[in-house]
Amino acid sequence: MYDFAYHRPKSLADAATVLKGKDEARPMAGGMTLIPTLKQRLARPTDVVDLGGVKELAGIKVEGSNLVIGAMTKHVTVATSADVKRMIPALADLAGMIGDPAVRNRGTIGGSVANSDPAADYPAAVLGLNATITTNTGKHAADSFFKGLFETALGEGELITSISFPKPDKAAYMKFRNPASRYAMVGVFVAKTGNTVRVAVTGAGPAAFRVKAMEDALAKNFTSEAIKDIKIPADGLNSDIHGSAEYRAHLVGVMARRAVDAANK
Amino acid sequence: MTISVAMTVNGKPVSGKVEARTLLVQFLREHLGMTGTHVGCDTSQCGACVVHVDGTSVKSCTMLAVQAEGAKVTTIEGLAASADKLHPMQEAFRDNHALQCGFCTPGMVMSAIDMVKRHNYQLDETTVRHELEGNLCRCTGYHNIVKAILAAAPAMKAAGV
Repeated sequence: MYDFAYHRPKSLADAATVLKGKDEARPMAGGMTLIPTLKQRLARPTDVVDLGGVKELAGIKVEGSNLVIGAMTKHVTVATSADVKRMIPALADLAGMIGDPAVRNRGTIGGSVANSDPAADYPAAVLGLNATITTNTGKHAADSFFKGLFETALGEGELITSISFPKPDKAAYMKFRNPASRYAMVGVFVAKTGNTVRVAVTGAGPAAFRVKAMEDALAKNFTSEAIKDIKIPADGLNSDIHGSAEYRAHLVGVMARRAVDAANK
Repeated sequence: MTISVAMTVNGKPVSGKVEARTLLVQFLREHLGMTGTHVGCDTSQCGACVVHVDGTSVKSCTMLAVQAEGAKVTTIEGLAASADKLHPMQEAFRDNHALQCGFCTPGMVMSAIDMVKRHNYQLDETTVRHELEGNLCRCTGYHNIVKAILAAAPAMKAAGV
């Protein structure tokens, strides 16, 4: 790891100020991705701005029928929160499936969403639940947030402050783990709210995406039977030593059906 | 960038000068000479480096020393009450032959203690196996580690630790 200048601001305003003056500064949330990236010298920031001291960014609030989760809220907190379990149990389940206990004790929702790792779990929930991402400069709708591999709609120096999840009628997340790394080879988040159904996929493509054909079929008939014949094209899906694009395309169907069954339980 | 860092390790205040990039595990091993905490994979997969920071398990190879400023850190060296009295989890690992080469053991023990406390001293085999997903052992096959943790849970409760 190359050395860098370390900053630990106490407020969001201070964090934004530190980031602003520097071209190669990187914010750090839990560091569960950034620190391994620095070790491999895949990034070489001049400055690391540790958000761990910004207390205003952590915490979970219920606002009407929305669950508002602060960016620096740790996975373990989301997984065990009574409010999350009551409002959106599928989201608590998802948080409890990330990494392992020690990683969940450090990793944060904001870090995961801002990073847009193709195999991260949270992007599927953000997209599947039609969440709103609030930053220090504005708001982003989930549908226009995940742009590509490690690429989001966040601008230079823009920091996620919280993510607001509307409560669905039912939802579930199913993931097929890579047997070694435990990352999602494919994860599918399915949510039904009134007559609207959203199906969001992580792990399969460069970034999380929705499957319109499944959403339309499930809106008419919310059963796994309704989507059993829908095939996902393998074009543009991830292909690596862990699985081919065709294999991942197949897994999307399997995980989507399991998620619908789980949501109906 | 050189930074002064101060924290409590195993109940004792410690301080030192580190680089911003110094990992917590490097600070423990190379600055404090506490080599009980191991570095296995150095990619946050294997769990040999698990320590407790403010009471919860973390992988000390994936945390900067400066992030532990002011924190209370517990390592494997800080568990035993005295030279001849092991922590119930250490004792259970010994009784159940839960180690062969011993490389993963410090991390296993630290993760196991956190696990027992998070589950309020009540664990079943399935939970233990699932919760060990962040700790790799390449020689025991896990069976005796699982047995040790199941045996240690009531022992920890009885000992009030």
